[in-house]
Amino acid sequence: MTKPLISIEALARRYPAPGGTETTVFENVWLPIAKGEFVCLIGHSGCGKTTILNVLAGLDQPSAGVVIVDGREISGPSLDRAVIFQGHSLLPWMSVMGNIAFAVTSRHPDWPKDKVRAHCQKYIDVVHLTGSEHKKPAELSGGMKQRVGIARALAIEPKMLLMDEPFSALDALTRGSLQDEVRRICTETEQTVFMITHDVDEAMLLADKIVLMTNGPGAKIAEIVENTLPKDRRRTDIHKHDSYYALRNHLLDFLVTRSKTFASEIAGKSYDPRRPPLVRPGETAAAAPPEIAPARAASA
Amino acid sequence: MRASLSLRAGLLSIAILAALIGIWHVATLPTAGAAGNVDPEYAALVSGAAAEGQKSAFPTPADVGATLWKHIKDPFYVRGANDQGVGIQLAYSLGRVLVGYGLAALVAIPLGFLIGMSPLTYRALDPFIQILKPISPLAWMPLALYTIKDSGISAIFVIFICSLWPMLINTAFGVASVRKEWLNVAATLEVGPLRKAFMVILPAAAPTIMTGMRISIGIAWLVIVAAEMLVGGTGIGYFVWNEWNNLSIGNILTAILLIGLVGMILDVALARAARLVAYRE
Ligand SMILES: Nc1ncnc2c1ncn2[C@@H]1O[C@H](COP(=O)(O)OP(=O)(O)OP(=O)(O)O)[C@@H](O)[C@H]1O
Ligand SMILES: [Mg+2]
Repeated sequence: MTKPLISIEALARRYPAPGGTETTVFENVWLPIAKGEFVCLIGHSGCGKTTILNVLAGLDQPSAGVVIVDGREISGPSLDRAVIFQGHSLLPWMSVMGNIAFAVTSRHPDWPKDKVRAHCQKYIDVVHLTGSEHKKPAELSGGMKQRVGIARALAIEPKMLLMDEPFSALDALTRGSLQDEVRRICTETEQTVFMITHDVDEAMLLADKIVLMTNGPGAKIAEIVENTLPKDRRRTDIHKHDSYYALRNHLLDFLVTRSKTFASEIAGKSYDPRRPPLVRPGETAAAAPPEIAPARAASA
Repeated sequence: MRASLSLRAGLLSIAILAALIGIWHVATLPTAGAAGNVDPEYAALVSGAAAEGQKSAFPTPADVGATLWKHIKDPFYVRGANDQGVGIQLAYSLGRVLVGYGLAALVAIPLGFLIGMSPLTYRALDPFIQILKPISPLAWMPLALYTIKDSGISAIFVIFICSLWPMLINTAFGVASVRKEWLNVAATLEVGPLRKAFMVILPAAAPTIMTGMRISIGIAWLVIVAAEMLVGGTGIGYFVWNEWNNLSIGNILTAILLIGLVGMILDVALARAARLVAYRE
């Protein structure tokens, strides 16, 4: 067990509710993320995923708990944790190059102009936006904007990438190709990633670990699912692997029923929020029949 | 389709202009029987020729055209303190407007920036701004004359006061309503406060600030005419007042036309500038 790069400890978020009481969005959330790990967080709307990501980014303060990076509690945003925002968040008065260069000069204020340009160009090429350097965000399609956001985050070469539903606003085709690009880049550079998604297939393709959150209020981490698909999985053949259906059904089952009933599920059993159960669907239950429930019926 | 629309609009504009001039021309034709109807006091005021009814006191379009041409031909003559070319008078007015407006921008934009950055000062200063804003700038004139004791500077002060509020309010509003996402981008990139102010907040708020500047220049140009009528001496407002005392309606009409033209040019210039800082989201 290596020491985690980043460690979420006893995190909670509460809001005052009418009548002097408090509503707890989530509490006692513990999660270690190791270096080079790709972690996806899945949970229903409103369970506090964005809040957790914003706390990780240093943009938001929790009501309780801490986030430890390199042995120290984080106190604010850092260039070491780059964020890819849901709404791309490009500065509309700057060109593609300008947006990325703004990030790069923030990281390397001492770099000369042409070095910044060359560095930006490298990442523009990585996300296949060569030729669009001088376009303004308004002149780009949704997928292109999202790619600029990805290039901007990658260009500062952060220790960790934080992504909040980065592909949810895109059409299926663009989403697919961007997922492939992100997966290629992240495996090549062994990037540590924390990503929020609603999409089970996206999580299965990209994540090493999938963190399942129960519904709010009072949301908690129900379990951490280890991705049992082989490392060299590809979008086109992912469903041919043995554990595909077991994993997919496990995730969907959680989202459809267990995320609501989790409290009664653990009633009377030992559940330690500091160490949520780690499950490997499709491996422990080797005899799980792979043909159950075709994907379409399950997601309905 | 578009070209034909602007062509037709242009033709219609010309037609309307021709109709207006035509009506004006007919209305100011010499009337024989008008003499009897002239109020004797008025007749004493205006020139004898007009009172006799040979010719209306109101000049015909041709008269005004001739006056206008005379002014345009020689806009910068100086024949004594009270008889200077209309170009010189316009230059005086423009100078006052630009100085007062420039000073107001120098105060309003940095101040508005600070107010917009701090929700506390925004709220604390809001009642003051709300009360001071609707005060007619001319109401400050006696106060300005009393304290400054210089009519020229008082006029500039009045321009300063009236240009201040739109720029201040728009700057504060623009700065306060910069999108949270953009500020978050700056925060996650650990951008320093000065760089954030100039690279993120200023460009984000620039279109709103420019709107304020455009409103201000419009108001300043409206107010300068009235202010110069009050303080006298020089300027296009004084020129209008002086020509009223001379009862030279032709000169007044010329001045009115020029005031409109200059105001339009100022507005177009700021609209152009606004386009430079505009962005599409
Ligand atoms: N100012 C506030 N006052 C009270 N409750 C709030 C406030 N801001 C957020 N919340 C609550 O916090 C919860 C978590 O919000 P968050 O944006 O983190 O959800 P999420 O899991 O990201 O949802 P989604 O999947 O829809 O993006 C929501 O249930 C919301 O109602
Ligand atoms: Mg969210």
